[in-house]
Amino acid sequence: MTNKPLLTVNGLVKHFDISGGFLDQLRFSEGKFSRKRTVVHAVNGVSFEVRQGETLSVVGESGCGKSTLARTIIGLYPPTSGTILYKGARVDDLSPKAMLPYRAKMQMVFQDPYASLNPRMRVNQILDEPLRLHFPNLNAIQRAERIAAVMDQVGVRPGWATHYPHEFSGGQRQRISIARALMADPEFVVADEPISALDVSIQAQILNLLMDAQDERGLTYLFITHDLSVVEHISARVAVMYLGALCELAPVRELFEAPRHPYTRLLLSAIPKLGGERRRSARIQGETPTPINLPPGCVFHVRCPFATDLCRVEAPTLQDYGGALAACHGLEENRI
Amino acid sequence: MWKKFLASHFLWSFKRDWVAMASAAVLVLLLLASLLAPVIAPHNPYDGTNVDIMEAETPPVWMEGGTSKFILGTDAQGRGILSAMLYGMRTSLMIGLGAVFLQAFMGILIGLFSGYSGGKLEAFLMRLADVQLSFSTLLVAIFVGAIFQMVFGVASYEQMAVPLLIVIIGFAEWPQYARTVRASVLAEKKKEYVEAARVIGLPARRIMLRHILPNTLSPVLVISTVQVANAIMSEAALSFLGFGMPVTRPSLGSLIKSGFEFIFSGSWWITVFPGILLVVLILVINLLGDFMREALNPKLYKGA
Amino acid sequence: MAALLTVNNLNVVFSMRFGDLRAVNDVSFSLESGQRLGLVGESGAGKSVTGFSIINLISRPGRIASGSITFEGRELTTLSPEEMRKLRGDRISMIFQDPMMTLNPVLTLGAQMTETLLAHENITRRQAEERAVETLKKVYIPSPDRRLGQYPHELSGGMRQRIIIAIALLTNPSLIIADEPTTALDVTIQAEILDLLYELTVNERMGLILITHDLAVVSQVTERIAVMYGGRIVETGPTMAVIDNPSHPYTRGLIGALPESAGGQRRLNQIQGAMPSLYHMPSGCAFHPRCPLAMDVCAKETPKLCETGERGTLTACFKTAACEAASL
Repeated sequence: MTNKPLLTVNGLVKHFDISGGFLDQLRFSEGKFSRKRTVVHAVNGVSFEVRQGETLSVVGESGCGKSTLARTIIGLYPPTSGTILYKGARVDDLSPKAMLPYRAKMQMVFQDPYASLNPRMRVNQILDEPLRLHFPNLNAIQRAERIAAVMDQVGVRPGWATHYPHEFSGGQRQRISIARALMADPEFVVADEPISALDVSIQAQILNLLMDAQDERGLTYLFITHDLSVVEHISARVAVMYLGALCELAPVRELFEAPRHPYTRLLLSAIPKLGGERRRSARIQGETPTPINLPPGCVFHVRCPFATDLCRVEAPTLQDYGGALAACHGLEENRI
Repeated sequence: MWKKFLASHFLWSFKRDWVAMASAAVLVLLLLASLLAPVIAPHNPYDGTNVDIMEAETPPVWMEGGTSKFILGTDAQGRGILSAMLYGMRTSLMIGLGAVFLQAFMGILIGLFSGYSGGKLEAFLMRLADVQLSFSTLLVAIFVGAIFQMVFGVASYEQMAVPLLIVIIGFAEWPQYARTVRASVLAEKKKEYVEAARVIGLPARRIMLRHILPNTLSPVLVISTVQVANAIMSEAALSFLGFGMPVTRPSLGSLIKSGFEFIFSGSWWITVFPGILLVVLILVINLLGDFMREALNPKLYKGA
Repeated sequence: MAALLTVNNLNVVFSMRFGDLRAVNDVSFSLESGQRLGLVGESGAGKSVTGFSIINLISRPGRIASGSITFEGRELTTLSPEEMRKLRGDRISMIFQDPMMTLNPVLTLGAQMTETLLAHENITRRQAEERAVETLKKVYIPSPDRRLGQYPHELSGGMRQRIIIAIALLTNPSLIIADEPTTALDVTIQAEILDLLYELTVNERMGLILITHDLAVVSQVTERIAVMYGGRIVETGPTMAVIDNPSHPYTRGLIGALPESAGGQRRLNQIQGAMPSLYHMPSGCAFHPRCPLAMDVCAKETPKLCETGERGTLTACFKTAACEAASL
């Protein structure tokens, strides 16, 4: 593993306007009409880099913007502002045509194996598409050979290539989904909750498969998950997100042994440990904020036991604490 | 395999539903009868040499004065009602199916495109569909038909009646398809397999046609049955009002109309038999449509 | 003391067009007041069907084919639908996975809570509202009196699940069946809800059946555990005894596959294959095609639960427990 950044994300912002058409936006209050927009602040100024060959995990709870982050990086959503660089070149503002070479290099594995495969296409048709597009000079026989080789690698019998997705179990489908991502020979794979829709006994199989593929092909992973025990096992570095902002970014050992940000601490204390002692967890205080109504200042201050007046007004920025980055006024002031 | 699976469930529910089976049997019979009309019809109603005005208004065979030559009697010009019905149904079905093909083609294309691309174009096309739907099909058809007759004369209208009716009814009803397809495109577009296709880098056209379109076809199939019935009804209504098929090339609607003048003079059969045929035809198509709606409901056939 | 709930040789069958599917096979367990039982298994293991069949919520084509369910001394399988309805939501409450599915989006929380009370007890609306506020306090909902006028969509997921628990508690039931109550929730919220369930069963001496796929969750809350696979209980006993010393190869595999069991190694220990579907249930022990210890007899005969010699745990396995095959 080198320290060379493969992917650099700079001040990435992604907002969604969900206010609908003009008529939906109209509000009538105090005797006059006004136009009100409803905006989801999914990702608010996130910066980090993914290093060549590493697995960087992004963890957070639902609504923290981790999936939006993944989809913006892979180019499914255009960013509202900020830049994404792949090997130093900007990829966030490219035309579909200029993006094509990067499409082969950057791939994605999705969460729901039941929705991520087209039910009307056979497995070999699904796997053939990336090959036809990105390797136009291969003939049909060469493509079939490649498909068989990759199916073999992900543990699906190549003889099943002419079957339809519904004939496979969830775990098998996820293998096919991974095979599709590997077809175009990518360097960088975004995995968005790739195991959370699977049964417990299947999760280990898929994790092993992802790690094997990484070892064999030298892949770099951006791994999106809410499952901290998985994160601890597979990643080199971990980024913790809360309400669209990065709270902490640290090497995996650092993060699990000495979590710095109060939210990271809360998250770690909440994981149910197999056979471990029951811990009392803190009660919800007040209402949990949503990405539509973001609190001012530090987004975590509503739930934070250490919050001060400063936290309620000013958003903290990421600071370096001996290799671990964290965004917290309390840490800056040495209070925590 | 998928087709086999679909067929097996489809067949299974079909076999348990005697209404659907009976409707299908009747429909097949009617389709065959209209297809083979030139072969099985006792007379050719378009052939003037066969028609004898002296045989006009012959009652059906079981009534006094009926002859076995005309089982269901004859109309005011002496054409056999049975033969005219067989030929008329042929024309009706041709216009109905043709119009639905045109509707489906336009509607699917517009629905797919506007649903996938979204934004201003989608809003424009869908408002256009709303506007289009707020005009009655009959009103548009009468208007266009009248203009055509004025410009090209009644003679060429009789020549062009079938394609013209197909185009008029087809244009009037495309929004039905466009709305249905757009709704399912919006649902499919959010699914991860479409995102996966975009991540691969496939061009939008291929994603629309290869990935999304095949997954939106079940509702299209279901509304198609209703639309065929509607189109046949529209044509019949137009013909009845005198803006559809000319009496020289009768459809079911124009047969009903041509007999309507004689219903009070006692020759009820000229109107009633084509009327019954029209009702049966529409009924079986709609019953089959109901069955398909249930059988193709993805929520219901998840289990097997 | 007498058991609160006893399930004996329960069999649930789904009659499909191609024949019967056996979703639950010979399941037996019992629960005392204030006891917490975890029913663990993957999807298709029959754990939810077992839970639903206790309160007879199995809908056609499913039905209880045989077996008995005794609750507070009454046999439940022979109750009329009307008697069952009275029992359900009164003495036995159920909590489901998705709070949004359980709450009616167009009714206020107050209406939904008092409705339950008014249906089961002979009290006035005012008394019912007081009880509702009282119960909301029990589940630590901030400003409870204000909540009665609110609609479900105004609350966060964790709050909604608290409301569901409050509704379940309204009638002071003696048994709560919770089907994946925290699966739809975030970890931090999950921890709070688990705490709450634990505390309530202790304070109110209620029985709890916690149905989940998450071994860690079960180990935090329950005293006894029953691991299900292919419609059968394959291992049962005191929770910690089973988790510290699993004896059924499936339980071992399940625990061994967790990332925290991997120790220092990079690859996880995985169980091969996938859970069989009800349509293709293997003969004999349902786990034998995936089992590293499978013997010939495992494909022929189904092992019953037998003692393992381990602190009161029972395991259905010819290899790791003292189960004897009839043909040997």
